[in-house]
Amino acid sequence: METEDWAQAGQYHGLGLNDPIPTVEDKWLLLPAFLKVKGLVKQHIDSFNHFVDVDLQKILKANNKITSDVDPRFWLKYTDIRVGSPDRTDKEAVDKSITPQECRLRDMTYSAPIYVTIQYTRGKQIVKKPNIVIGRIPIMLRSNKCILTGKNEAQLARMTECPLDPGGYFVVKGTEKVILVQEQLSKNRIIVETDATKGTVLASCTSSTQNGLKTKTYVATKKGKIYLRHNSIHEDVPIVIALKALGIQSDKEILLLTAGSTEAYKSAFSPNLEDAAKLGVYTQQQALEYIGTRVKVNRRLMGPKRPEWEEALEALATIVLAHVPVEKMYFRPKALYLATMTRRVLMAMDDEKLVDDRDYVGNKRLELAGQLLALLFEDLFKRFNTDLKGSIDKVLKKPSRTNEFDAYTTFKFQTDHITAGFVRAISTGNWSLKRFKMERAGVTHVLSRLSFISALGMMTRISSQFEKTRKVSGPRALQPSQWGMLCPSDTPEGEACGLVKNLALMTHITTDVEEEPIVRLAYMLGVEDICLATGAEIYAPSTFVVNVNGSIIGLTRFPTRFVANFRRLRRARRFSEFVSVYVNHHHRAVHIASDGGRICRPMIIVENEKPRVTSDHIIMLKKGEYVFDDFLRMGLVEYLDVNEENDALIALYESNIVPGTTHLEIEPFTILGAVAGLIPYPHHNQSPRNTYQCAMGKQAIGAIAYNQLNRIDTLLYLLVYPQQPMVKTKTIELIGYDKLPAGQNATVAVMSYSGYDIEDALILNKASLDRAYGRCQVLRKFSTLIRTYPNGTFDRLADAPVDEQGNTQKKYDIIQADGLAGVGERVDPGDVYINKQTPTNAADNSPTGQGAAPYRNTHMSYKSPIPGYIDKMMITGTEDALLIKALIRQTRRPELGDKFSSRHGQKGVCGLIVNQEDLPFNDQGIVPDTIMNPHGFPSRMTVGKMIELLAGKAGVLSGKLQYGTAFGGSKVEDMSRILIENGFSYSGKDMLTSGITGEPLEAYVYFGPIYYQKLKHMVMDKMHARARGPRATLTRQPTEGRSREGGLRLGEMERDCLIGYGATQLLLERLMISSDKFEVNACQKCGLMGYNGWCPYCKSSKNVAQLSIPYAAKLLFQELMAMNVIPRLILDDA
Amino acid sequence: MPSAAPPSDRNLVGVHKEYVSNVSSTDYPGHYPGEDHSWDLGLFNERCRVQVQRLSQRSIEFDLVGVDASVANALRRVIIAEVPTVAIEQVYVWNNTSVIVDEVLSHRLGLVPLNVDPRLLEFRSTDPDVPDIPTDQNTMVFRLNVRCERNPAARRDETDPEVLYRNSNVLASHITWVPQVEQATTFAKLTPASTKPNIVLAKLRPGQEIELEMHATKNIGMEHAKWSPVATASYRLLPLIILKAPIPPHLCRKFAKCFAPGVVEVVKNSRTGQDEVKIVNPRKDTVSREVLRHEEFEGLVELKRQRDFFIFNIESEGPYSPEELLPEAITTIRNKIKVIRDAAQKLVVDMTIDT
Repeated sequence: METEDWAQAGQYHGLGLNDPIPTVEDKWLLLPAFLKVKGLVKQHIDSFNHFVDVDLQKILKANNKITSDVDPRFWLKYTDIRVGSPDRTDKEAVDKSITPQECRLRDMTYSAPIYVTIQYTRGKQIVKKPNIVIGRIPIMLRSNKCILTGKNEAQLARMTECPLDPGGYFVVKGTEKVILVQEQLSKNRIIVETDATKGTVLASCTSSTQNGLKTKTYVATKKGKIYLRHNSIHEDVPIVIALKALGIQSDKEILLLTAGSTEAYKSAFSPNLEDAAKLGVYTQQQALEYIGTRVKVNRRLMGPKRPEWEEALEALATIVLAHVPVEKMYFRPKALYLATMTRRVLMAMDDEKLVDDRDYVGNKRLELAGQLLALLFEDLFKRFNTDLKGSIDKVLKKPSRTNEFDAYTTFKFQTDHITAGFVRAISTGNWSLKRFKMERAGVTHVLSRLSFISALGMMTRISSQFEKTRKVSGPRALQPSQWGMLCPSDTPEGEACGLVKNLALMTHITTDVEEEPIVRLAYMLGVEDICLATGAEIYAPSTFVVNVNGSIIGLTRFPTRFVANFRRLRRARRFSEFVSVYVNHHHRAVHIASDGGRICRPMIIVENEKPRVTSDHIIMLKKGEYVFDDFLRMGLVEYLDVNEENDALIALYESNIVPGTTHLEIEPFTILGAVAGLIPYPHHNQSPRNTYQCAMGKQAIGAIAYNQLNRIDTLLYLLVYPQQPMVKTKTIELIGYDKLPAGQNATVAVMSYSGYDIEDALILNKASLDRAYGRCQVLRKFSTLIRTYPNGTFDRLADAPVDEQGNTQKKYDIIQADGLAGVGERVDPGDVYINKQTPTNAADNSPTGQGAAPYRNTHMSYKSPIPGYIDKMMITGTEDALLIKALIRQTRRPELGDKFSSRHGQKGVCGLIVNQEDLPFNDQGIVPDTIMNPHGFPSRMTVGKMIELLAGKAGVLSGKLQYGTAFGGSKVEDMSRILIENGFSYSGKDMLTSGITGEPLEAYVYFGPIYYQKLKHMVMDKMHARARGPRATLTRQPTEGRSREGGLRLGEMERDCLIGYGATQLLLERLMISSDKFEVNACQKCGLMGYNGWCPYCKSSKNVAQLSIPYAAKLLFQELMAMNVIPRLILDDA
Repeated sequence: MPSAAPPSDRNLVGVHKEYVSNVSSTDYPGHYPGEDHSWDLGLFNERCRVQVQRLSQRSIEFDLVGVDASVANALRRVIIAEVPTVAIEQVYVWNNTSVIVDEVLSHRLGLVPLNVDPRLLEFRSTDPDVPDIPTDQNTMVFRLNVRCERNPAARRDETDPEVLYRNSNVLASHITWVPQVEQATTFAKLTPASTKPNIVLAKLRPGQEIELEMHATKNIGMEHAKWSPVATASYRLLPLIILKAPIPPHLCRKFAKCFAPGVVEVVKNSRTGQDEVKIVNPRKDTVSREVLRHEEFEGLVELKRQRDFFIFNIESEGPYSPEELLPEAITTIRNKIKVIRDAAQKLVVDMTIDT
């Protein structure tokens, strides 16, 4: 009976096929198909491509004409813009092609020229000039402008580029920079909130228009009445007055458009009508006058002063709810929008459940590199144009010109603001665009190349824009709507907990889709124009309002049919698959969204309780005849965003499909992200453990990229013999962690040994270390520039100096004739590896300082206490100097105190290294590599780790890799069976013999392989002690920090202990004698400090006494005296 | 003086479902009232027995019976860590343009097992007072000189690097011995080389080369695992399966399946014609304790292991043939004992002088 069960399960890649009904086998194969087209960093690349292909054109179109204030006949027009392919900037270069790797090594920027086509007037002619470079833009790796796109592995190898590298970052001045995804509240949507303490309701809407204008409009309650609030209006405007100003003059209509026919809303709204009447505002003109006196007028420099009502009209038309278009002073759409906001406030006043949730993922938009770059480009381009206009004006202003003015010559001599602006913004991360009131720092980050996973994890990271310091828990909490979109495990601990998130495996972020066709389509599907409807119609029981991207466009009486038709057209690919539609029954509205930054993910469509994807489709997929896009095209799979998910009934497994099910999940494990996907059996672990592992996986030393040995990074950690884990997950295979692993499969005995394993310490086998377990390399870059100075002098590299006897100093031993250390040479502490010399007059720019001068040594010497080896010496030229990079390598074997971790958030340091013969062994003579204390289990509840051991052991015995994929993976039962078949106990516990006594151990020991990661924290980089050493110049106290060989501080709390204990002499010794003891002469008469037994104040040496005080105290006294405060030392006999 | 009680009580380790009992030996004086268990050479000679069960090129399995765990363990420990061998210790890299860096390559070279008989070499000095000078008495010199080139005979569409290039893999067999002074005659019998010629040390591509000199020295496994003469040396206790009651006939097959193949057989009882289990060869059992997992067999069977029956398994990797290792270990232990004896005697002499 048992054998039958065993024979069936676990047949294909750890895929548990225990479902009773026939299922679409291997539907998870859609996931690799998805990742093939979308990839893990596709959101970055898509966004950048959208910027380069679409946004650039739009920006150009919006700013395409330059005219002159001087000569009205002159104009210059941009007609086209495009981005070329990345090339070399060196002027004399023959081969213009460039690779990202060359940019990394040579500290260059991987950028491409921006070409424009211009048309302008020259005299009476119109001249057209195509392909003029206006600047260079850094190119995102693997975007459609990048040379790496579409290359196969061999081609990438030729460019020394890693095929597993995800791309999506920039190379700017040699460093890899990522623009992190920013999370923001969605634009142009009404958000209703209540303030529990004040009992007010607030509806807000952040308007954002095409030309970058951003304003926030509120409709809020105050003492039971409703007001319009806006930054450009001093004072809250009663809502009725606002509506009247927008042209809805009749009170009846106002009531209908806001409260409709609902009695509760009507009564809640009526005070507002009274209010307006009390203020004597009845007509639109009166309302405009009322608002006009309260509008903040931004004074224009010229033009006559306008009447107040005009100011109000302008403010209402352009600033208040700016995203609702007002054409030809037709205010109806805006009035309706404001009325809707008011209605939402009324609804929330009536039923407090009808407020919106800020933290709901559907109310969030993610801002990507493309959007940020678009803003930056627009700013730079506008500045470029004003500069251009300025210089054109300057030329045109000259009364008589010898030859005809050609704008192209001015164009050519424009300074390169665009290139410099891009480089500066990306390399510093400061996005300060005054034009758009944007002041953001830390937008870009250096791509962490600590491990492959850390780089990948960085590409999927989302940082929250606001609320960093606020003490509210809401934004940090796990939102149910994050399901499948954002990884529930991968978030940092501490300050940024819950604010920094990571994308799940199948998430996609949309880019903008054009809105007009969607609106037209909606009308064609039977939507009636909202402007033709009255309040009674809008709020009629059967009508639903149709919104497109937050603006109200019309009504429909058949929302279900409309939505169904709309979806049918989408599935037929009549418009973009990323346009979402859903019905909100609370607001009785249909929402269509086509804006960028929404999070969505693909799902299998279910019709008539049958998933549309069948086994046949999967077979075609396996054969490679279908790609993911075919599934979309055929309407088998569709993308749902968070809001549309709410409209769907999604079955997790095929067996869960019920009547009414609309969709089926592709694979449950895709709710985890790339980093959490490394954990085997995460569904068996306590959830914080998975979170801890997500943080630690990024610190694991391993392989970084296929081109890791060609890279020269500031700090690079590599494992000498990395292994792929015995217990893999499907995610591991999908992201390539099995090809670039970071860890080794250690044979672990879960037992107590020696007492050096308390507090999670590990025992390591010395023979394993001899055989290179956990051995790693640390490569560090040291670089220098060989400069030429403005005064004509230059640095030089020199041979090792020779003394009179013809000997060279030991520290120059490895320097060769070119002044650089030879590759492969051992560098001992203090050795010189770049023998650079600088002229003594380098900074001297005076005429006398010119010419030859003696050189002084500015060589670079090796500082680490452990010898290293020269791995590489790179010499390359930059524009004005010679760049030398030295890569020095250390190979380290694990030692006491090095940190290790399994994949379950169980970290520990090595507590003891034991000889092989002392360790326990089993009947086969197998000795553990690591001993782990069993006390690590009960409180941590990492059952996943125990199953990993079992699966790993079974895998070793059967010669197969096992799977620990989330919500699936190899089953414990199957694993136990393999163990029994191979003569082991089903429980994974072995009978061990003590290596010390030779007798059997009285307990069975859980024994088998667990994937262990070596973390970057190594004692060698941390250990520090000091007896005496350097002191700070100002205070003469010991320096601080290991890097400055600093002292170990006896801090305030330690001081308190000593005071409490009364150890005065110890205190004195610690705080003064061993620190900054200083002998001063003080005058007993005047109490001031003197010197050499002389008091300068009393002009006498009579009463001068010598005493020891801390130098810091003496400094304080002098500083006080500098501030006209006299501290007097009153001396007493001691 | 032989113990009166049956061995099943005193000499067996109990293997239970969740624990192991009676792990320590009890045959020492004063443990059992009225019994004298003081060590006796005659008795030891009578009981101690070594029998080789299996011997192959590289491994040996033998039984060591009638000794205490400490003795067996001492042998195991000494084989692993204290029988000297010769391994590469110093590597002088003249040129290495391969992708594998010097330290890692050196480490790999160090782990290559050599067939040099350590008995023909001396230890290098570890005494700070005696200078450590390499001589032909304590150091073997090897060279590795490999350069990878394209194979002109390879077909154009060939993709296998081993055909495409010459010397694409640097193997242990590329290591050549450079005899020093008299070594050519001393080691004439067997040319020093690796015992495993096919170990891949590095991979090369055309134009890359490795040129280095290596010095091999004699040392012990305690210093570094590369000097350990074995891949593993371990023992297990002889398993015993004790049937307390007959197994019900319908469960016999299941019972047999709980053990490794060949341990328990199901036979027909000649008298009743019913199935019956027969323990054929408990030695083969892996002690998976599977039988204890099933409720049906509760109380019917007991698992034991004989405490003084050590089944040794030694896998030799170095210069020693597997059967040489036990005598070699004994020699080492005797040397160690000699050191202690000499020191103890010296102590006694010193004390007598003092007093």
